[in-house]
Order: sequence, then C-alpha cells, then structure tokens
Amino acid sequence: MAGHTQPINPLPGVSAAVLVAALILGTLFMVALRAEAGGGFGPADWSALRFTLLQATLSALLSAGLAIPVARALARRRFPGRRALIALLGAPFILPVIVAILGLLHVFGRAGWVSEALGILGLPPIQIYGLHGVVLAHVFFNLPLATRLILQGWQEIPAERFRLAAQLGCEGLAMFRLIELPMLRRILPGVLAVIFAICLTSFAVALTLGGGPRATTIELAIYQAFTYDFDLGRAALLSALQLVLTATAALAALRFSQGEGFGTGLNRAIRRWDGGTPVLDAFWIIAAAAFLLLPLASVTISGIAGLFEMPALVFRAAVISIFVAAASTVVLLLLALPMATAIATGRYGIVELGGLLGLAASPLVIGTGLFILIRPLANPTTLALPVTALVNAIMALPFALRILVPAARDTLERHGRLALSLNMNNWSFFLRVMLPRLRPQIGFSAGLTAALSMGDLGVIALFADAQIATLPLQIYRLMGAYQMQAAAGGALLLLILSMGVFWILDRGGRWHVEA
Amino acid sequence: MLKLDDCTISSGDFLLRADLEIEAGSSIAIIGPSGAGKSTLLETIAGFRDLKGGQIFWKGKNLTTLPPGKRPLAMLFQDGNLFPHLSAAQNVALGLRPNGGLSQDEHQHVQSALVRVGLPDLGARKPAELSGGQQSRVALARILVQKRQVLLLDEPFAALGPALKAEMLDLVASLVAESGTTLLMVSHDPQDALRITRQTVLVADQIAHPPVSTAQLFENPPPALRDYLG
Repeated sequence: MAGHTQPINPLPGVSAAVLVAALILGTLFMVALRAEAGGGFGPADWSALRFTLLQATLSALLSAGLAIPVARALARRRFPGRRALIALLGAPFILPVIVAILGLLHVFGRAGWVSEALGILGLPPIQIYGLHGVVLAHVFFNLPLATRLILQGWQEIPAERFRLAAQLGCEGLAMFRLIELPMLRRILPGVLAVIFAICLTSFAVALTLGGGPRATTIELAIYQAFTYDFDLGRAALLSALQLVLTATAALAALRFSQGEGFGTGLNRAIRRWDGGTPVLDAFWIIAAAAFLLLPLASVTISGIAGLFEMPALVFRAAVISIFVAAASTVVLLLLALPMATAIATGRYGIVELGGLLGLAASPLVIGTGLFILIRPLANPTTLALPVTALVNAIMALPFALRILVPAARDTLERHGRLALSLNMNNWSFFLRVMLPRLRPQIGFSAGLTAALSMGDLGVIALFADAQIATLPLQIYRLMGAYQMQAAAGGALLLLILSMGVFWILDRGGRWHVEA
Repeated sequence: MLKLDDCTISSGDFLLRADLEIEAGSSIAIIGPSGAGKSTLLETIAGFRDLKGGQIFWKGKNLTTLPPGKRPLAMLFQDGNLFPHLSAAQNVALGLRPNGGLSQDEHQHVQSALVRVGLPDLGARKPAELSGGQQSRVALARILVQKRQVLLLDEPFAALGPALKAEMLDLVASLVAESGTTLLMVSHDPQDALRITRQTVLVADQIAHPPVSTAQLFENPPPALRDYLG
C-alpha cells in the first residue's frame, strides 16, 4: 500500500521484538560472561560436538533419503486414506517427544516387538540406546517433515510438464532426470538443512536414548554440566558453542530453503503417464505408515492399561502442564500479535529479525542464561514453571509469526484504507478488524504453541527439583524408575492432552469464520 | 470549493499535475485513459498518497498534511468497502463511531440510513449474505451517516451489471442532491458521466485538466479524449 499512514501503531510490536531480542541476546551475554571464567574444551566436550554433528548429519541424510521414495509414491498414487496419511505426516510436529520415545521403545526396544520377533528367529535383540537409537528417533520425527516438503515439491511441478514429457515419449530414468531431478536438486538442500538444524538442538531424544560419553549432544552436555557437576562455566562454554552451531545452521536453512519455483501450471490433478511400479510404491507407503503408526499404537494400547496404575503425581503433573501450556500460549500471543501486525506494515525489519532470533536460540542456552541471571536474586527452582512457559513461548514464536504474518499483511492490504478513511484509530483497527480477521491463524498458532509447550521436555529438566514436574518430566522420571506401565499411562494422557488442546484451539479459531 | 493548487503527484515513472478548482456542491466525473492516474488523483485527494508539490484546500482549509480520516471527505473504493466479519448495520455504524459503541439514538440513525438505501430488514446480515447491489447499498448507507462534505467514488459499482449500476448511480445522485455533497467520481464509461454529472475533469497526458461541461466535452472532445473514446 502506497501512502504515508497505516492504521497500525508499531510501538507494541517493536517493544515485543526488543523484549525477545533482549531475552535471547541478554541470556547469551550472561552465558558469554561466564564462559570466559571457565576453562577450555575438554575431550568430553569435543566428543559431544562430534556426536552432535554426526547424529544430525545421519538423521538429515536418512530422513531425506527415505522421504524421497515415500513422497514419490504419495505423489503418484491415489488411494483411500491418502489425505488422512498426509495429514498424519504433520502430527509429529506437535507430538511430545517423550511419547514418541516410549512408543519407539515398545517397538524397537530390547523387549520390544521387533526384538521379540528376532528372538523367535534366534537372533539377539536390538540395542536401541546410543547413536542408532538417537538417529532412529530423529528419523521418526523428521521423515514425515521431509516427506511433506518433498511431496510439496512434487505437487508444485505443473501437470503440463508431465504431459509434455509423456508426449515426447520420456519414460523412467529420462523422465526422472528431465523433471524430477531438478525439483529434488532445488528442494533437498533446504530439507537437509532444516532437519540438520532441528537435530542439532536435540535434547529430549539424547536424554532418553543417548547419554554416556559416546552419545551425548551438546544440548545434553549443557544439562549434565548443570545438574551433575553444577559447572556453570562449562555449561556456559557449551552454550556459546551451541549458539554458534544453531545460528549457522539456521542461517543455512533459511538460505537454502528459498529458491525459485517451477512456474505455474493450470493446476490440473497430476496425472502421470509413466506407470512406475505400483508394488514398490505400495511398499514405501505401507512401510512409512507402519513406522509412524506402530509406535503410537503401542503407546495407546499399553497406555490404556497404565492409565489405571498412575500415581497421583502424574495427575498433579498433568494439571501443572496444562497451566504452563496456557501461560505459554498467552505469552506467545502477547508477543506474536503485535509483532505480526508491525511486520505486516513492511517497515520494521527489526521486528522480523527479533522473530527470527528464536530460530537460532536453543532452549537450554536461554535456560542457562536465565539461571545465571536469576540466581543472585532468587532461587531459580521456584521460578521453574514461569521460566518454562516463557522459553516455550519464545521457541514457538518463529512458527507463530510464519502463520500470522501473511494473514496480517493481507488484512492490512485489504482493509487498511477503509479503516483510515473511516478515521478508525489504531486500537480499534487492531481489536475490530485485525483480531477477527486473524482468528483462524490465531487459533492455529495458539494450538501449536499449547501443544508444543505441553509436550516440551527441555528447560524444565534444568530448573525443576524433585518436588515439581510437568507431565513430560514426570513420565521421564517414571521411566527412570522402571515404572514403564505408569509411564505409558502418563504418555497416553500427555498424547490426549497435546492433541486435544491443539484440536480445540485450532477448531475454535475456525469456528463460524466468514470468508 | 475544492482547490488543487499546483499539485504534483509522482511515484516512480508516474507523474500527474493538477491545478484546478471544483465548486462546492457540484458533481464531477473524472475521465481519461487507463493508467493516466484517475484513481491516483482521487487517492491523493483522500490522503492515501503524498503530494510531491503543491497544496490541497477545502473551503480555504489546508488539507495537505491531514491524515485520511481527518479530511472532510468519504471515499468508496473499487472493492473492499465493507468489513466481511461485521454485519451490515455494524458496517454502517462505523461511519458514525469508528472507535466505539453507539447510543440508542445513533442506532436509530443507522437504521434510518439502511431504510433510506432500501435495506430496512437486512441490517443483521453479513456482507457475504448480501448481493453485490445490496453490498453497494450498505456502503452508501455508511456514506450517508458519515455526513462528509465531499464524496469520492473510485468506480465502486464497476462489478455490477449495467442496469444495477445505473440504479446505484441514481441513488448516489439523489443522496448527494439531498445533502448538498460535492461528488467526484472516476469513470471509464461516458454514459456514467453523462448520467449524474454536469462537469468532467479529463485526466490525460500527465495533467488533470480543470473541469468543463460534460455534455460539451463529449460533443467536441480534445485529441486525448478522442483517442480514448475511439
């Protein structure tokens, strides 16, 4: 919109961005101050760095590599349940890590289904702990993401290209080289970079399936420096290292994930004239679905029995988790809504930058910084829950902004002039136009945040003492005490809560929305 | 009197000069080839664009630096004249109170505006539940309660069929006549201009020409207009 005035006061958005930047950079500064006080890198730190890079690389390669045939099969086959399966591929984003890990243990663990099947054949059980367990869990979480991204690439290829290629008589490998390889070459670097960046900050997976000197990520090493040795200097040094890594990876991911498209087609349903092998496609689809669904099914099955064996502690933890998730969602909206409207004006790059900072930040680094910051003033443990809610909100911020900003931009473009000509003030425009128009996006981002916060096992582990726990932490403690049945019950409860809160908020946002 | 005093509007390659006066209470058509800057001229008068040079006066008062909502004028755009999430009555009410609730009297006022434009019973409907013509009527009801001295129309009825468009223009003409409002309307159809305006501003060759009699203009069109009319 050309012109000099817009019905938006940027001040709240700019303040929110400054607040976020101050929190991320301020905690970083605290950490950096401490880091100088500590010694240099020990061999354990180097090995944590090596392991972090190794597992992230393997996870990215395996996830993307396996996603290619799955996405290809999904792109060219039509079958009942296809849409449901593609929707399911979005679920791991809000699936609590601890739930997935319990499920994976049920299927791939020492006493799991696969090991039992191997036992019948007289083979030894699988060892899930260590590098391959960590990578397995990361593939579980990121294979669906990679599949969705690559599938999108496939579906963006205009149907006309396939028609033209078929008309020219291209088949098989020639077709692949002509049309699909260029698409993959464009999409894959972004996919790899995104998954690599996600896996760099892996904490809960490494905490449960890794551990020991040979399978410790930096994020986990920060936690251990904290809880086992209470070596703040070393935790700070590791935090600084982590921050350099994540910032670099986030920048790379952002850079690689933008690329020019294929040009637009006329949006015909994709019809392929090269058959491919239906059996092979069916294999990939069924294998991927089973890989995703079996662990969840196993948690559900054993969880139902476990629901009745849960100690009262679990219910208390569940109530705490609900409060933390609610607080986190409120904080997120208070930050994201003014930021999104300010970004929508297209004039405040600084606000956008503040939103992106969250991508480079790691929860444990912010947690470490806050711990150092709070300790001279109060007992950090007493602030465990508010800090968790705050950090969860910051981590969800980049995602929420990606959801909110396009809609806010659209609303401003469509209704800004009318509001101005009616002499509407900024506050009225925000309340009476922006909020109602953004309701679906607000519901969606609130649902995501609440679910992410509900399932988060990160900062809380850093701050909590034995008295207090969120539901994911309580489940982790039950697992540590080998109360697997109760843990499964808790996991089922957590699964229901996370998915339920997402569903309610997302639905609530779209309820009776006008076009 | 609306006075554009030696105004220059420019953005990028685009340039338009206007040095003209419009009598208060008159109805003016703005005509010219597409891309000449008809809408831009209106947007500038409304305050959505900055002037490169010159000043705008209404009845001697300098409007040049006033924000759009503080200018004594109302505007209907090509589209997006109603908020889709608000009912017809709520949309009209924004013309009275853009930032707050209505008193009992003001509710009455909104209702009588809806009656005046021929929609006595449709106040509770959302725009999506109204036809194109009805949506235009709601927008006009809001213009009515806004009681601004100048009305700017940027082809708000372009999407309507010929008969409905004529009906809306007649409604505009009668509303404007009742209240003595000054009307400026962009049009690319000479018939629209002849229907409800006496005078026309020709926008062509980077100049918005002073208003001349519409009938005479079409009888003896200057070269730029002749090219446009074909």
